Amino acid sequence: MGGDKTKIILSITPPLLIIILLFYGGIFYGLVQSLGYQPAIGKYEINLDAYYNILFSERYAKLFWTGLALNLWVSFVSTFLAAVLALFAALAIRKTFFGKTVCNFIYSLNLPMPHLVVAVGIIFVFSQSGLLARMLAQLNIIASPGDFPVLVKDKYGVGIILAYIWKESAFFFIILMSVLQSLGENFEELAQSLGANRWQRFRYVILPLVMPSLFSASIIVFAFSFGAYEVPALLGVIYPQMLPVMAFEFFLNPDLNARSEGMALSIIIALIVMILVIFYFWLTQTRIRKD
Amino acid sequence: MNQNLKKINIYSIYLGAFILILPIIAFFINAFSFRWFYPQLIPKELSMQAWVRLKLIPRQGNRTLEGFLDLWATNPTVIKALINSLTIGFVVTIVSIIIALPAARVLGLFNFKFKKLIIFLMVSPTILPPIAFVLGLNINFISLGFSGSFFGVCLVHLVPIMPYVVLTLTGIFANYNPDFEYQARTLGANKFKTFYLITLPAIAPGMVVAALFAFLVSWSQYLLTFLIGAGKIMTLPLLVFSTASSGNPALTAAISIIFIFPAILILFFTSKFVSGESSATSGFGKI
Repeated sequence: MGGDKTKIILSITPPLLIIILLFYGGIFYGLVQSLGYQPAIGKYEINLDAYYNILFSERYAKLFWTGLALNLWVSFVSTFLAAVLALFAALAIRKTFFGKTVCNFIYSLNLPMPHLVVAVGIIFVFSQSGLLARMLAQLNIIASPGDFPVLVKDKYGVGIILAYIWKESAFFFIILMSVLQSLGENFEELAQSLGANRWQRFRYVILPLVMPSLFSASIIVFAFSFGAYEVPALLGVIYPQMLPVMAFEFFLNPDLNARSEGMALSIIIALIVMILVIFYFWLTQTRIRKD
Repeated sequence: MNQNLKKINIYSIYLGAFILILPIIAFFINAFSFRWFYPQLIPKELSMQAWVRLKLIPRQGNRTLEGFLDLWATNPTVIKALINSLTIGFVVTIVSIIIALPAARVLGLFNFKFKKLIIFLMVSPTILPPIAFVLGLNINFISLGFSGSFFGVCLVHLVPIMPYVVLTLTGIFANYNPDFEYQARTLGANKFKTFYLITLPAIAPGMVVAALFAFLVSWSQYLLTFLIGAGKIMTLPLLVFSTASSGNPALTAAISIIFIFPAILILFFTSKFVSGESSATSGFGKI
């Protein structure tokens, strides 16, 4: 048994050490700096000034709270729409038809696509002189680029939402396809033979069966879109600004005092994501107990 | 009515596929037409100018094998970034698999104290955003001298990749029967031979998927490379980002096409393996 124990410890330590040193070490160092401890510029005091400045000061509070609102709006809307669209696509594509394999490939195409490229693609398609505007111009629906609505680099985060929908719907799609495949159509046929109509089969048979996977995929997507940098950096505006971009800009600020605020902001982002994940686990646990 | 509904169903799938593929179409039009002015839908002429300006294709009249080799020998930025991206991706993938294999085996086959805690610690980087750790880590890396080095960038790429490789391989070992190894050993095979002939073939399919997606996570990494690379390590995502921000659509599109090529290739080869139930898929949420 003693041999096993040594083996376990020796095997687990290397990857665990990497995560603990780099990941938790990075978070810990960020936390320490967010509390004002910055030996590089001669600051050794521990205080909550950076957090206070971000949350309540006249200078940053408005920036932070509008940014948080934008973050929640973008993450909720894009996660919800991507999940709903993928659900419809997965349900529609199950039956055999001409070109099914190609459609399946196209619907999964954005899965391995880097977020950065998806963001660039959204600019190419949805900007005021993009592909979509040109198509509408050919159809004589709009005359000049100015007639096309501002969908990219807009203050409501529409471009960011579009990019996340593009990218994450493929993720939802793959997960739903495999769940639906493993379920087969027996339940639906049974419900149909008992007289359930199309809507009832969807609402009372399919939805409850795919909901658990849909929900856990949503958590991954939500957490990602809440903390990711590339997409809002390319498709966002200066005000309101999503929190990860704001944190990064604070951090790059030549004024080293702003560093603490950048660190504090990144800690706040991590905290919010953590709370959401814990809430999710609590929710699923209580639901399992009820069932 | 059912026939009509079916038709609507199929046409909406086609429409959805068309909309989804619009960005890809736009990439190709932009990359092969240098002056694509509004409101042209189809460019008036095809042009290789973006590729010539990126020094990937020689000027007209020079497009022989020798011309290509001479041009690439001048080490253009895109080639440099491509080589950096590939090297970092390969190194990180191989290192992460070597480190993760023994751990995954133990996690998949044994039960022991603190196992749940260890898995929780290991998995947390898949949910928490990179910005949470990289700002703090950056300052540490500067003082350690890792900042701006190839080594530092590889090290930081291990953070998003490691949990995911460990998880995927753990899933494989959970369904793996080690008895075959004992049999091979009693029949006289040494440790290396046992691994090579028994263990490896059994875990190979899962390992390939884990490796491909580990590579893809590293390949797509922007923020970590930018911060830890400190402007000294140029990779493809950094190049796409800076070109896109400076706003030349033709150049951006051309670099993007190079950038997405391996991604599409990997999807093509793994579509068989990819299913929502394997932990491999959840890794995609990170790319």
